[in-house]
Amino acid sequence: MITKLSHLCVYVLNQDSAYDFYVNKLGFAVHTDAPMGEGARWLTVTPPEQPELEITLFLVAEGGMFDKETVATMTSLIKKGTFGAAVFTCNDLMATYQELLAKGVVFKKVPTKEFYGYEALFLDDSGNWFSLAQVN
Amino acid sequence: MEQYEKLYLYKRIVQSKLFIDKHFADNIDLDNIADQACFSKFHFIRLFKSIYGRSPHNYLISVRIEKAKKFLTEGVSVLDVSLRVGFDSPTSFAATFKKMVGKTPSAYRGQAMIKKLAITANPLSAVPNCFAQTHGWTK
Repeated sequence: MITKLSHLCVYVLNQDSAYDFYVNKLGFAVHTDAPMGEGARWLTVTPPEQPELEITLFLVAEGGMFDKETVATMTSLIKKGTFGAAVFTCNDLMATYQELLAKGVVFKKVPTKEFYGYEALFLDDSGNWFSLAQVN
Repeated sequence: MEQYEKLYLYKRIVQSKLFIDKHFADNIDLDNIADQACFSKFHFIRLFKSIYGRSPHNYLISVRIEKAKKFLTEGVSVLDVSLRVGFDSPTSFAATFKKMVGKTPSAYRGQAMIKKLAITANPLSAVPNCFAQTHGWTK
């Protein structure tokens, strides 16, 4: 029986920039930031009220699982906004939306009433999109 | 029209929250923030609480404690942390920290240092094996 989700991968194009986005703009906490040698880095962050869920900010770079062609393809797809990575929830969407806007976060959908509550869509610094929802 | 008024109120409350986020280490006067946001103190506290689920004062304390956790994890001394996050005294900082986090700042710092040393000594201990293998991180 599966019980919980512990790690979630988000593919990013620059880990320094992703750190700034997820920590300083979204307000996530750094769980682990460990150098893995040869420029590689294991970087995970957690949502403020979900410290047990590690979001791994995976760098798309050559080596390991990615060859040059895969890196080029992944980079292009991420930049195009192909990947919707996850749904985040908040208590007050309008306040969260205003705060993230003030911090320079780009939204591709403004807060909109849906049958389950309110939803907006924002992009991270790489181009991944996320849903931000206030559920009824 | 009502929607625009509501949006305007939201923007002012969010700005005051961002002000607290930025100036958490200063001697923040909540009367002053309420004035700047053009609210009476009572109205400001009520609106802030309705949006963020806690009073501006409680929010300020929670921001200070979260920042303190970050500094302690980085190895900053408890005394320095208490000053950096805006507490009047290390004693009041330690008491508030323990009340909110469940352990003393020294204990929190000690545990964070142990974790940091363990990861430094063996970075792979922090990475699930499936990810380590796909990256070619085997030793």
